[in-house]
Amino acid sequence: MAASLSPTKMPVANLTPDQLENGSSLWRDAWHRLAKNQLAVFGGVTLILLTIACLVGPLISSYSYEDQNLNLGASGPSLSHWLGTDTLGRDLLVRLLVGGRISIGVGLCATFVALSIGVAYGAIAGFFGGKIDALMMRIVDIMYALPFTIFVILLMVFFGRNIVLLFVAIGAVEWLTMARIVRGQILSIKKMEFIEAAHSLGLGKRRIIFRHMIPNVLGPIIVYTTLTIPAVMLLEAFLSFLGLGVQPPLSSWGVLIKDGAEKMEEFWWLLVFPGSIFSLTLFSLNFLGDGLRDALDVRSSKD
Amino acid sequence: MFRFIARRLLQIIPVLWFIITATFFMIRFVPGGPFTAEKAVTPEIMRNLEAHYGLNKPLYQQYFDYMGNLLLHGDLGPSFKYASRTVNEIIADKLPVSIELGALSLGMALFFGLILGIIAAVKRNSIFDYLASSVAMIGICVPTFVLGPLLVLFFAIHLGWFNASGWYSNIDRILPSATLGMVYAAYVARLTRGGMLEVLNQDYIRTARAKGASEFRVIFRHALRGGILPVISFLGPAIAGILTGSFVIETIFQIPGLGREFVNSAFNRDYTLVLGTVILYATLIVFLNLIVDVVQVWLNPKLKFE
Repeated sequence: MAASLSPTKMPVANLTPDQLENGSSLWRDAWHRLAKNQLAVFGGVTLILLTIACLVGPLISSYSYEDQNLNLGASGPSLSHWLGTDTLGRDLLVRLLVGGRISIGVGLCATFVALSIGVAYGAIAGFFGGKIDALMMRIVDIMYALPFTIFVILLMVFFGRNIVLLFVAIGAVEWLTMARIVRGQILSIKKMEFIEAAHSLGLGKRRIIFRHMIPNVLGPIIVYTTLTIPAVMLLEAFLSFLGLGVQPPLSSWGVLIKDGAEKMEEFWWLLVFPGSIFSLTLFSLNFLGDGLRDALDVRSSKD
Repeated sequence: MFRFIARRLLQIIPVLWFIITATFFMIRFVPGGPFTAEKAVTPEIMRNLEAHYGLNKPLYQQYFDYMGNLLLHGDLGPSFKYASRTVNEIIADKLPVSIELGALSLGMALFFGLILGIIAAVKRNSIFDYLASSVAMIGICVPTFVLGPLLVLFFAIHLGWFNASGWYSNIDRILPSATLGMVYAAYVARLTRGGMLEVLNQDYIRTARAKGASEFRVIFRHALRGGILPVISFLGPAIAGILTGSFVIETIFQIPGLGREFVNSAFNRDYTLVLGTVILYATLIVFLNLIVDVVQVWLNPKLKFE
């Protein structure tokens, strides 16, 4: 407990001379705070395990995700098929893990799109300030009020359901909050000495924004990235559930949930396992994000 | 206040214009027309069909015709899929169902969310508090399209208390609106708890207690008005979410509402019906947001109409 109150009281004997010189950085403090938050640690560990399982599991399993066993058909959980099989006799566990690759992949890619747009947009608005800022943030305000899910649905229906378009469309929708957060942070560090120094060194605007300002607002960016991933995965699953997202033969958790919901009357496990895994992932991401927010103490972004 | 509303209304016009125009052109530049699904249509019949619906005119002409009809008569044109029905008729037919579902869900979300949130804040760190946060956690982490089928599995199929789908009697309303409302009840509970905790520590609450006001009166007359503010500002996004969430709910429970119709019309490439529904949803969301903003300022004297 004492260590959390003042990091300098850490037993000196345990520190190498190198650590003594560096003192305790913001990141190390944040790491200690995060490690104390049990829910966040649970979330982080779960996510790491899930990711490893999705990557490695299908490789070492004796079933492949498209191997059909029509004689077996849908069977409940058993020793040979831990989570049972679907109506075509395919192993549900392997299908879940392979679907997880797609769900997590789409989540990460779409979040990266949202992150890039949001950070660049917010940083530019905050840096230039004045009329440019007012106009850019007014646009964000207006876009907040628009029914964007509807537009993503239209895009997916009309321009084919391909997976690249899927995460570009989702990313293009989810950047608004990120832009707001980054802008606020940039505004708050804009007048600080190290930025003045960069100006007086004659550095270009682009270099100041991307090399000096953005690295100093990384904390909130990381927090919001962690919280954007579940939102993005939710939207992907939502679209897949409506039949508009990931298409067969690929499958994602949304697709598996959709299939399970259609057959749940006879085969409950087809719904319950995909649903639980998906909920567990959302739960972990949300709590890891909340924990990071507390650890990095991002006051301005608390709701 | 009047100037605030007038200015916001002026802002709404270009936004709606942009949505209509963007959607109009987006769906026209798409490969495959509304009649490609019908099999074995001779080129002649195709031409006649297109002529009947004005699709053979130049695109800009179609656009001006559409906007003219919309602005002058509020006419959204004929449906391409359902011969002899207009988009206006379809909307008039399906919208009330979706509104009923949305209103019930929002009502449930506010009722349960506020109660849970207030109890959690007043009895902080008690069993009620943990119970409320667990319920809120489930609501946030279990998406509607998982929760809905699970509730059907348990309450309708296993226990047999409800019908698994349909929209006939009052009892059919319970599962769909509970499913849709649950997520928002969770957010409302979390926001109410936070807002109430902040307010309950303030001096005017102590003053109210010192004057001998009953605990009930302190909470519901004095604290709630301030504690509820975060919930009010969440209402805008909640309403938008409930409207789009109804697409999935109406599909799961087979409810004959506009949400399901919208998804079907998008699959069928029923241009006019898609366009009409998007215009309707956008208008609804934009105006409901305006109302939420007005209520917010009206409840919180610290904010000003600017």
